[in-house]
Amino acid sequence: MAKDKIQVLVCSGTGCRASKSDEIVKNISQAVIENDIDKDVQVIRTGCFGFCEKGPIVKMVPDNTFYVQVSPDDAEELVAEHLVKGRKVERLLYENPETKERISDSKHMDFYKKQIRIALRNCGFINPENIEEYIAKDGYMALGKVLTELTPEKTIGLLIKSGLRGRGGGGFPTGLKWELTRKVKAEQKYVVCNADEGDPGAFMDRSILEGDPHSVLEAMAINGYCTGADRGLIYIRAEYPLAIERLKIAINQAREYGLLGENIMGTGFNFDIEIRYGAGAFVCGEETALIHSMEGLRGEPGVKPPFPSEKGYKEKPTNVNNVETYANIPPIILKGADWFASIGTEKSKGTKVFALAGKVNNVGLIEVPMGITLREVIFDIGGGIKDGKKFKAVQTGGPSGGCLTEKHLDIPIDYDNLIAAGSMMGSGGMIVMDESDCMVSMAKFYLDFTVEESCGKCAPCRIGNKRLYELLDKITEGKGTEEDLFKLRNLANVVKDTSLCGLGQTSPNPVLSTMDNFPEEYEAHVKDSKCHAGQCTALMQYIIKEDACTGCTLCVRVCPVDAISGERKMAHFINQDICIKCGACMEKCKFDAIYIA
Amino acid sequence: MTKVKSLEDLKKIRDELQAKVSLREKAEHYEQLIQVKVSMATCGIASGAKETMEYMINELDNKAVDAVVSQTGCMGYCYAEPTIEITRQGEEPVVFGYVDIEKAQEIIDKYIISGEMVDGIIPVNYKTLKDD
Repeated sequence: MAKDKIQVLVCSGTGCRASKSDEIVKNISQAVIENDIDKDVQVIRTGCFGFCEKGPIVKMVPDNTFYVQVSPDDAEELVAEHLVKGRKVERLLYENPETKERISDSKHMDFYKKQIRIALRNCGFINPENIEEYIAKDGYMALGKVLTELTPEKTIGLLIKSGLRGRGGGGFPTGLKWELTRKVKAEQKYVVCNADEGDPGAFMDRSILEGDPHSVLEAMAINGYCTGADRGLIYIRAEYPLAIERLKIAINQAREYGLLGENIMGTGFNFDIEIRYGAGAFVCGEETALIHSMEGLRGEPGVKPPFPSEKGYKEKPTNVNNVETYANIPPIILKGADWFASIGTEKSKGTKVFALAGKVNNVGLIEVPMGITLREVIFDIGGGIKDGKKFKAVQTGGPSGGCLTEKHLDIPIDYDNLIAAGSMMGSGGMIVMDESDCMVSMAKFYLDFTVEESCGKCAPCRIGNKRLYELLDKITEGKGTEEDLFKLRNLANVVKDTSLCGLGQTSPNPVLSTMDNFPEEYEAHVKDSKCHAGQCTALMQYIIKEDACTGCTLCVRVCPVDAISGERKMAHFINQDICIKCGACMEKCKFDAIYIA
Repeated sequence: MTKVKSLEDLKKIRDELQAKVSLREKAEHYEQLIQVKVSMATCGIASGAKETMEYMINELDNKAVDAVVSQTGCMGYCYAEPTIEITRQGEEPVVFGYVDIEKAQEIIDKYIISGEMVDGIIPVNYKTLKDD
């Protein structure tokens, strides 16, 4: 086999593809042919590199040059300069925002310095549509080792010892879950991969499936061997077309290689995987609802017990794990439980993938060791708050999680610490908010989401969340009373205590945690009818400064509801009863005579 | 395409496929490796730089030396092509001229593997913008 002298890795995750990375691949390939170096250069599409803020990413190998924000028009220059002449294209290198120094090796970027990549080990490294690259990176070796050297009991023992906990949010010890399913006697058992990632702003599981689908397939097969199942099902939302496409390719390739199917590696072990599509309902991330949905029933949760490990899919014992949990398993088996347990905190081992989003400079997908602080994640990896604004809060755990504030920045992140602080790990969404975000509106946003996503089966969730939403809406309109605040907290606790499944039990968390951490903001809305963040439009007033107004009448003409009146060359006046707070007048005023009170 | 019939099979296939990703593996530790840059402008190619590069890649691989070979543009020593620049970790880069296959072998055996100097060094006679 002729050796490639140069490889060009182009990110082909959903984010970078949306920024035309497909076209970049096309143009680079074209330019490589035009420059007559196509024998030496190979262009490879990979999964997500994680640094989505700076996408599309193009990485040159072997000199490890990391180009950011590449456009299809840059392809020709990259090929002519970097590949042919061996000169780096300075303007496309990452610029350290503080020192203004250009950095070509990603290892030296603050964004990557504190990361440890286990679940994402192959994302941005291999071509996810080529099983050979996965095999070259020790792919399916863990399955081989388990099938030939370890018994199911020993493998499960290894997982228990490693301390791996479910990455979907619950944090239940994975080995223990497998053991529960293994112990049940049944003719048919099932292994399920939960790829119904539904938190707003979260894309960890999608990125793993897009960047390294075989790691999930391999781990599912290991799960099958340990629990005694010969069939695997991946439940994925139809909203993830690229992940589905790559999963299908991966499943077919694994079958061709005999790594799925009958008599795998000559050991007599049979295992095959099918895909089941979900319609994108948040509640279907809950395992019993997920199983109902796979059976063709309504996506509603059931009462536990019995747990799926006893009666799951088609009433058979079923083991459900999350995508990221699976992605961690092959390295644990190859490198050992002690290696994995050496990373992280006492009760939370290994790493966690977070989708870092919101008002932070470096939006992206990161994998950090458990025990890292929020401050390190937001300020070192995330590069601080956008536009030099002040940090206010970070929301973890999505609609089920809560808000953490300045005072929580230095606690080490792990399952238990986040719960103690009033939030939760969740599946790994992390949304950063700055001083211009209103916490009451934030809670309202999440409630709006849960009201929409509640399946309606139990009353506390169906009715309670709706009432919570209405109370929050009333407060943001400036019509709330102190009694409403009392009602809000009471009702939130009731919904939390009495709902049937995880969705309702956690949906009041955004309300409760913002009430605990930002009581003054709720009070300002209620007592003074003020929103200090300036986000609740109903509480804002546009006012014209009399001495600054020249009476040019520009605002009068731009006002869509004729709320402004006044004589020419005289100070004007806004009628607050008519004003819809669109802000058009302030935008147009040339004399800065309009302000928000 | 072969079916994987046993773990031994899988190991064999993996070893064969390793070349696909080895370049990328090396790139992860680029700074810790011995870097060999081959000048591949028109003058270099006409004097046989492609053959030199091909040879160096294969030979370093055969001898399992942790080095990475990449190509670069004209270094300006057109009279002494093919030229190669070698950076041993923590040392100043050294440029060699007239590197045909025979010379390449000597450089690998002596300078790259054991750090022993060999004839044919071109003194660096320019500054880059960064040096100022």
